[in-house]
Amino acid sequence: MASVISTGQGENPHEHLRRPRRALNWWTGGAILLAALAVMPVAAVLVFAFGDSGDIWTHLVKTSLFGYVKTTLWLMLGVGVSVLVTGVSTAWVVTMCRFPGRKVFEWLLLLPLAMPAYVIAYAYTDLLEFAGPVQGLLRTIFGWQTARDYFFPEIRSLGGAIMMMGLVLYPYVYLLARSAFLEQSVNVLEASRTLGRGPWRTFSSVSLPAARPAIAIGASLALMETLNDYGTVDFFAVYTMTAGLVDVWLGMGSLAGGAQIATTMLVFVVLLIMLERMSRRHQKLYQQAGSRYKPLPAYRLRGAKALAAVTACALPVLAGFVIPVAVLGRLTLIYFDRAWTPEFQVYVFNSVALSAAAAAIALTIALFVAYSRRLHGGKLLAFGTRVATLGYAVPGAVLAVGILVPFAAFDNAVDALLRQTLGISSGLLLSGTVGAVLFAYVVRFLAIAMGQVESSLEKVSPSMDMAARTLGYRAGQTLVRYHLPLIRGGMLTAAMIVFVDCMKELPATLLLRPFNFDTLATHVYEFASDEMLGEASLGSLTIVGVGLIPVVLLSRMVSRTRQTLGESAGQTQ
Amino acid sequence: MNSISALGTDDALATPRPLLEVRGISCNYGLERAVFDLSLTVHRGEQVCLLGPSGCGKTTVLRAIAGFHSVLTGGIFINDLQVSAPGAMVPPEARRVGMVFQDHALFPHLSVRQNVASGLRSLSAGEQKTAVDDMLDRMDISRHAEKYPHELSGGQQQRVALARALAPKPLLLLMDEPFSNLDQELREHMGQEVSDLLKENDITCVMVTHDQNDAFALGDHVGVMADGAIVQWDTPYNLYHQPRTHFVADFIGNGIFLPGTVSGPIRVATALGELESDEALDRPVESPIEVLLRPDDVVHDPEGPIRATVRRRAFKGAEIMYTLRTTQGITLLALFPSHANYEIGDEVSVRLAVDHLVVFDRDPED
Repeated sequence: MASVISTGQGENPHEHLRRPRRALNWWTGGAILLAALAVMPVAAVLVFAFGDSGDIWTHLVKTSLFGYVKTTLWLMLGVGVSVLVTGVSTAWVVTMCRFPGRKVFEWLLLLPLAMPAYVIAYAYTDLLEFAGPVQGLLRTIFGWQTARDYFFPEIRSLGGAIMMMGLVLYPYVYLLARSAFLEQSVNVLEASRTLGRGPWRTFSSVSLPAARPAIAIGASLALMETLNDYGTVDFFAVYTMTAGLVDVWLGMGSLAGGAQIATTMLVFVVLLIMLERMSRRHQKLYQQAGSRYKPLPAYRLRGAKALAAVTACALPVLAGFVIPVAVLGRLTLIYFDRAWTPEFQVYVFNSVALSAAAAAIALTIALFVAYSRRLHGGKLLAFGTRVATLGYAVPGAVLAVGILVPFAAFDNAVDALLRQTLGISSGLLLSGTVGAVLFAYVVRFLAIAMGQVESSLEKVSPSMDMAARTLGYRAGQTLVRYHLPLIRGGMLTAAMIVFVDCMKELPATLLLRPFNFDTLATHVYEFASDEMLGEASLGSLTIVGVGLIPVVLLSRMVSRTRQTLGESAGQTQ
Repeated sequence: MNSISALGTDDALATPRPLLEVRGISCNYGLERAVFDLSLTVHRGEQVCLLGPSGCGKTTVLRAIAGFHSVLTGGIFINDLQVSAPGAMVPPEARRVGMVFQDHALFPHLSVRQNVASGLRSLSAGEQKTAVDDMLDRMDISRHAEKYPHELSGGQQQRVALARALAPKPLLLLMDEPFSNLDQELREHMGQEVSDLLKENDITCVMVTHDQNDAFALGDHVGVMADGAIVQWDTPYNLYHQPRTHFVADFIGNGIFLPGTVSGPIRVATALGELESDEALDRPVESPIEVLLRPDDVVHDPEGPIRATVRRRAFKGAEIMYTLRTTQGITLLALFPSHANYEIGDEVSVRLAVDHLVVFDRDPED
């Protein structure tokens, strides 16, 4: 009955009203395939770690794994406290107080975001080591001769790593706490004041608890970055799990051991993701409560208090951006001729080409998956995209293991097959190629692309799709002709953020790159490892410069939030 | 024939078959059943309307006809060709339906001219220009041809949306709450204008709305929907005067339900006296029923047998809608000419002037 067509088919003048056909769904199928590819590295780590080589497990547990975990926990605790104190206090001062320079500090405080932790570590090492200018100056002033004459804290230590990461990761907390404070209901704050609570008690009993979910999200993102870091901990010889993973893999030549550490790291990842997701749910509750905008009642600061506020805001900016950039700038000037080599230009080209390709691929995938969801929805696809976009939380070193394991297996299988049948060797097809690096970049930064593309697409009314379809355009044509022009802005922003994140990425690049292939990040890392900080400074400064692009985008958004909040409130009133 | 639609020309004379046939379709919305075994038939040149409260499934039906929603049972036929069946459907772009939306859905990055030309890519550039010019002219928006949607008023956007949907000469025009984004005055005006336009050009149209004024302005036939099914398919006049269920009577127009008991073949005993119908009630004596009383059934009459107090008044210009409370404790709605001017608390006398009784079975417990 269903497939039977009534009479008049032959005479019908409208030929394109054809037989109904099964809705073969390429969109959903393709999207699920892409999602599965993105999940593959994590799955590979798990499979490999619980695979055959069981004795390494016991060996690891007996010897070093416990130490790695302990160091990682201390590092995360230290960085956590540091980013919370810096991020929350600066966010509160900038939103709730009025003092000279407040508006400038609102975006200046974002600048350290442009600085990868390993770069700031190199800068401070140059500044604070025994031969550096600070200790040199102290020796000249006080007439000390050797390191035994005085005490100076060693920067290359766990404490140093905590400081470095705290300085560049606090903006995550700052950003989220700031917008949480901004969204708080003025009425609630005023009610608290009229009930006799002073500014401090209002902050601790009203503002802070309401902003807690947002702050927790910021902290969990900062801790994911902490777990991801390899450059800093390696340079400072702090044996975290990431450092241990690389050591076991490259130093001891045991990929299986690396995979087992990676599995342990995944436990941390899952906990951090849970913290983030739970906080996001709470955040929604709070945001609904205080959606109405009124200018926040500000505490006007004068004299000593204003000076204290300026200092509190200036310190993170100085320590997290201005000082390291000045150090790197000075080094760059001194060592420019030695750093600006033809090889350096190749590294720049490699970095730009890889990052641009990764951004393009990530955006294409994001667009395809997001549009499939828009077209067909479905629980499977929704779940698939959620899992596929978890890559942002997985440390680069773990991803590298997860990519190399299946790639190497594939290469070996093909090679064995060809040797048997044709007697030739295919060598490395996937592993040890830029393809593996690209794959890691795409998996790690897919979430950024997805988030941007989805929120841009959401702003396009669904009736726009229906209009285009009833006007005779197929789903794909609708996407290209009517959606792309409308979401171009969001796509461009997403592409830039992914591009810059790829430029800064170190651990996965280091572990997966082809032999003798360097990007800016690996070049900087290698020179710094050889104690050639001067030669590494030009590359470091370049990475920071590129890293400023998304910070500028963000800061423009930050300064606009107040206006847009004001405008939308004006419309509703 | 200088017509927007090509329908009248080729095969209308040959086939008297309906243009759109929806046969017993059911649809799910998410996991919930949104449409149950729904059928409707629309003939060429006819304008019909699905009317119902939000969540009744009317938009799902429209989306199913357009090809955006699959059916679980039954089938949809356009021009005698099956376009939807369980597990199979012709995609929307191949159905030759035009669609107009509540938010107009104009492409913001295209000018009015480009918007209207969107559905005409099979034509040559010259033919396209002629067709678009003709369409803009009909809709009286030629002077806005080079503007962009954000530069237009709501009414102008509405015209552009209609022009864009009609330009490819669709077999069937679908409209989803087309007037809800317009202000009240413009809404009535546009409703009338669109109705005239569709009639003049012999365009077949299905509209969904929750607003009975829109439905009555445009629909030759109106299907009142509730819980995923059509409760009554009728002309606007009959829906108002002969509603078949309590729901329809309640949803369409104002009125109250007066409880009563059948006291003879055509007589009903109520607290306000005995009423007589012009046709048999088809119910045994003593059956508990309720009688629909429209505000115009309650007539202002100083000699009238029913005494009541004014509880509320709403001035409507030529008329005033009163909410009355009778001495028996029954609340009535009454529409009096404006000169019968009473204040809240005043006493009035009325009588009931009903010749055709609309009665429904009543649960005796109520």
